[in-house]
Amino acid sequence: MKTNLKAVLTGTHTLSGNEACIEGAFAAGCLFLAAYPIMPAIETIERYLKRSAEVGATFIQMEDEISALAAVIGASWTGKKSMTATSGPGFSNMMEHLGLGVMLETPCVIIDVQRTGPSLGIPNRAGQADMMQARWGSHGDYEVITLAPGSPQEMFDFTIKAFNFSEKYRTPVIVISDEYIAHKKEKVVIPPADGIKITPRRYFKGQKDKYLPFKRDKDFVPRMVDIGDGFKFHVTGLTHDDKGYPIMLEECQEYNVHPILWKIRNHVDEIVEFQETGTVDAEIVIVYYGATSEAAIKAMKQAKDMGIKVGGLKLDVVWPFPDKKIAELAEKVKAFVVPEINYGQIVSEVERCSYGNANVIFVSHGEKGINNTDDIVSAIKLALKEKERKKGIIEYRSQAGSS
Amino acid sequence: MAEIRFAGYGGQGIIRSGIIVGKGASIYDHKFSTMNQAFGPEARGGACSSQVVLSDTKVLYPYVTVSDVLVAMSQEGYDMFEPELNDKGILLIDEDLVKTKPPRGKIKSFSIPSTRLAEELGNRVFANVVMLGFFTAATKLVSKEGMEKAVADSVPERFIKHNLKAFQKGYDYYKDKL
Repeated sequence: MKTNLKAVLTGTHTLSGNEACIEGAFAAGCLFLAAYPIMPAIETIERYLKRSAEVGATFIQMEDEISALAAVIGASWTGKKSMTATSGPGFSNMMEHLGLGVMLETPCVIIDVQRTGPSLGIPNRAGQADMMQARWGSHGDYEVITLAPGSPQEMFDFTIKAFNFSEKYRTPVIVISDEYIAHKKEKVVIPPADGIKITPRRYFKGQKDKYLPFKRDKDFVPRMVDIGDGFKFHVTGLTHDDKGYPIMLEECQEYNVHPILWKIRNHVDEIVEFQETGTVDAEIVIVYYGATSEAAIKAMKQAKDMGIKVGGLKLDVVWPFPDKKIAELAEKVKAFVVPEINYGQIVSEVERCSYGNANVIFVSHGEKGINNTDDIVSAIKLALKEKERKKGIIEYRSQAGSS
Repeated sequence: MAEIRFAGYGGQGIIRSGIIVGKGASIYDHKFSTMNQAFGPEARGGACSSQVVLSDTKVLYPYVTVSDVLVAMSQEGYDMFEPELNDKGILLIDEDLVKTKPPRGKIKSFSIPSTRLAEELGNRVFANVVMLGFFTAATKLVSKEGMEKAVADSVPERFIKHNLKAFQKGYDYYKDKL
């Protein structure tokens, strides 16, 4: 695909997370967005509309989020890189077609700008309570790649990465941000178009009558063609064979679905990304992602100033989870401190992967929306004081009102 | 490092003001800034505030905890955010829209009829830019050049001249007063 020069706004800008996300999408070659407007994802749609004419991209407002993701999957099969953007309530609606996207092995990107919940919650307050939904929200066995940016700059970078992963593994990819990153305005540097790495779609290059839409290569990833180019094939959410025709046999279930998991599980080391700071000699490691990043970094600095050996592990890719890394750290450190804007989600994964080798302390957001630094520092002190190895997660109760 | 709060009604350009200050500092003065916003579901008329943190290094906690500067363009905004203002902070108000309480601590207070001055320029929508000129002169947190570039960068092209005039008016108002 030729790069559209207007699609890449090379230069230094002041952008919100939502705006940076769309710029990332255009830079990655996205040409289709279908969505149903919702706070706090609305500025993604605004930005897309504002720029779509000069980029040559298409936007459709659908009647709801269910059809929005359906349109995205359809558009992707025509050869256009496609995306949708929503927030928690819409993300719930999309779960049905997230499963369809996985089953049809269709590359597409879903942006979930988290607000609070359950149900409607508070539309313009940040949350991180959709983390498990991103992994387990749809029924059936599947693996999904989820990236968690922590700033508008990362919103730009990770959206490009998401499109690259989706094309490489032929699967839907989720970028999970939140109201806080979405509305925060910061400096965003957009590199020149030739400095951005783009993974092209893996096309089938054989004879028209030989195409099998679900015939896997050695990486377990099938090749695609564009609908409308004269290839005859069938896609369905029912369990299917290489041709895409439904076959209601258990052997076919294994043949069809297990490789969908393998194509992610066999490449975990290539997909998982994290940023490690000072973990080499750390006694305590803060595990953080997304909006809590800045508070965690500040807490790390404060604790270091007090002479505490503390390191940090920022999860850039949350799903698949960096099991190996956590397990490896758990053997060295005394405890993990996990701040989240929810009542405990990723912390349970940290606990699972530490296999009882380190204590796990959870810091919930308390009343202030975003975790405050003092709470994280106090949790670090609590972790240091604890002499015994405790089973399960230790919850640190936020001292509301302090900052 | 400085923490700044802009408060007013939706429609006054409160959030835009935060963006312009952040842009002036981060893009044109090459410092670090981050801006956050709070607003209700109303398009116009509801209470609205934006918070900007300026720093020489990367901003690590982006919500304003104790503000160093409060720019109040509505009574409600003043009442809500005056208590969070630092004892040695700077208070900037639109004098026609805000009645202040007796001064507290060593707070330096400056007032300007920004909405009235904007009306003299032809349209009250420039009130926030008049206030930004006043803000630039009073706080010296962001350079005048940086702010002018950020203003020009943030408004439709055909209104750049008007906005820069409004900015200068606010800037001069402070200079002439002292």
